[in-house]
Amino acid sequence: MIRLHPTLSKLPAVLLLTSVPLTGVQPAGAASPGEAGLKIAKDAYDRDKGFGNFTASQTMVLRNKQGRESRRQLRIKVLETEDAGNRSLFVFDRPRSVKGTAFLIHAHKKKADDQWLYLPALKRVKRISSSNRSGSFMGSEFSYEDLGAQEVGKYTYKYLRDEACGKLACTVVEQVPTAKRSAYRRQIVWRDKTELRAWKIAFYDRKNAHLKTLTFAKYKQYLKRFWRAGEMTMVNHLTGKSTVMLWSDYRFGADLKAREFTRTGLKRVR
Amino acid sequence: MPMPADLRRTGRSAVRIALALLAFAAGTATAVAEHEISGRVAVESRWFPQTAAFDGQRGYNAGLVAEPKLYLQVAESTSFTLVPFFRYDAADPARTHADLREAYLLVNGPMGEGEWELRLGIDRVFWGVAELRHLVDIVNQTDLVDHPNEKTKLGQPMAHLTLSGDWGAAEFFLISYHRQRTFPGRAGRLRPMLRIDNDLATYESGAGEWHLDFAARYSHTFGPLDLGLSVFDGTSREPVMRIEPLSLTSFVLAPHYEQIRQFGLDAQLTVEAWLLKLEAIYRQGARNTVRNPADLTDLGKKEAYASFVVGGEYTFNGIFESDADLSLLAEWMLDGRRQRATNQYQNDLFLGARLALNDVQGAEFIVGALLDLDYRTRTLNIEFNRRLTDAVSVKAEAVLLLQVDRADTIVHQTRRDSFVAVNLTYNF
Repeated sequence: MIRLHPTLSKLPAVLLLTSVPLTGVQPAGAASPGEAGLKIAKDAYDRDKGFGNFTASQTMVLRNKQGRESRRQLRIKVLETEDAGNRSLFVFDRPRSVKGTAFLIHAHKKKADDQWLYLPALKRVKRISSSNRSGSFMGSEFSYEDLGAQEVGKYTYKYLRDEACGKLACTVVEQVPTAKRSAYRRQIVWRDKTELRAWKIAFYDRKNAHLKTLTFAKYKQYLKRFWRAGEMTMVNHLTGKSTVMLWSDYRFGADLKAREFTRTGLKRVR
Repeated sequence: MPMPADLRRTGRSAVRIALALLAFAAGTATAVAEHEISGRVAVESRWFPQTAAFDGQRGYNAGLVAEPKLYLQVAESTSFTLVPFFRYDAADPARTHADLREAYLLVNGPMGEGEWELRLGIDRVFWGVAELRHLVDIVNQTDLVDHPNEKTKLGQPMAHLTLSGDWGAAEFFLISYHRQRTFPGRAGRLRPMLRIDNDLATYESGAGEWHLDFAARYSHTFGPLDLGLSVFDGTSREPVMRIEPLSLTSFVLAPHYEQIRQFGLDAQLTVEAWLLKLEAIYRQGARNTVRNPADLTDLGKKEAYASFVVGGEYTFNGIFESDADLSLLAEWMLDGRRQRATNQYQNDLFLGARLALNDVQGAEFIVGALLDLDYRTRTLNIEFNRRLTDAVSVKAEAVLLLQVDRADTIVHQTRRDSFVAVNLTYNF
């Protein structure tokens, strides 16, 4: 008799959406637009390095066109490593049918990430493929690609212009994914010049249609250094659906140990 | 038809232990830093459309399942988990039972660059990579009344030590109090012609269910390869059946548990959207189906054998420009004993497809065909899962025995037991 285990067949690379910072102030003086764009991305990336580790809670509110809501809740732990990529652990609390389901991700700078899924009903750890980039994360408007680690080398850049964003002055940079399997032709990123925080990203699909817009709000600074948005809203312009990702209980410098981010540690999550 | 006395006893004592532990835990819970209660309650029903093959069998199963879970964080690296389980079935009293799925203390700490972890008590352990048949998985007994797919397991008392580091993980198990496999009763479907009476169970070991079993496993990740090597030495989880005369004209089956040794290997290679899987075992001490027809008490011949499952899974993401993923699966199962094998997977091919819509309700369709390559036996399984609300989910399943070869004696006994099942689960 045949029965496959139920799956969450995929998982997020790193639900980090770091405050994709740009180091500001690139009034494209001497540098070419390409160099200026790259510098902004690099500075932003460097600024976010050295956080060590953090834990946080996340609630996603999924809304369809008619405004009907559905919620996801998860706990997140991220450990920065010196040489290898980051290690992340995601544990679901809601929906309740997947409570206790957990993802372990060992990110790599060059090769594909290693990802394991823990299924509490069977107490089974399953290695899963990390090749899925464009799929929806838990039915939300965020794809795995959107949630992935924002490595500088994953895009080529072009500085476009300076522009006011709210009360702040922003740079506007276009980034083109280098991965062939990316769902996007290009993305346009607005960052403020002082802290290099991303405030808006416009996503254009392969046909160059404006597919989604992500906006960031409620930024808070942690350890007097790292900025994290408390609210990220992704709107899908084609379907009218949206997802609001709410972050809370950020704790930097928690007592996280590497041994929690192993397959044995994965079986201990609750 | 009453429940076998031993099951009743086990059920009652399990309930008593569970209640005592719950009371103790609830008392303790208020005193410790952190506790959490979660779990599930389900209404389950099955309908067997074909008339029964044997006397006394009913055309349905209907009942309730409860599986609460209590988690206590006792100290920073110490926790206690308690998972009692209850099943009530209105049609087949043998399906009504209680179990302690889990009741263990978990402690862990650093050890050089790695760590040690100790689990003491009743727990469930899973080994393996395959989807259809979990060949290598041997620590826990199968709760067969739950589902014929043999994937639900009974709790097992054990001491489980894990040492891990950059070099991988080494696990050591000391296991005692052998659990008997659960079987449908006289009124139940998916059973052999003769009723199985667990009260008459026997053991090869003089220590009976108290034989001390030993198991160990080494596992590690080598880039794209996840590898596990295991050994088990102790009482078999899979019984052979002895025919026991009750009178001159009436017989029952009595389970007999042998002492076996099993070496296991499980490996998965994960490359792009491919998962390639292998599970293999070599088992010594088990009996095959070769019996002396003149001797009812003959248990079969001891035969060491090898068996494997090899296959894979490929996933197409975002098919038809949607969010849906389609996974195709194939697994080939071979038991070196072939016609002498004690299970139905002596030479079978499983072909399956799983469609995950990735929508808000997490809807998922699974279709699988099991094709016997030695006999003309064909089974089809169709399954659908989705959430109705945040807490409630529904599962509908059809297991269809499309064709059963008369020579395929193991499956032939359940040839009229195709069924449709609907389960409604509330998670809290």
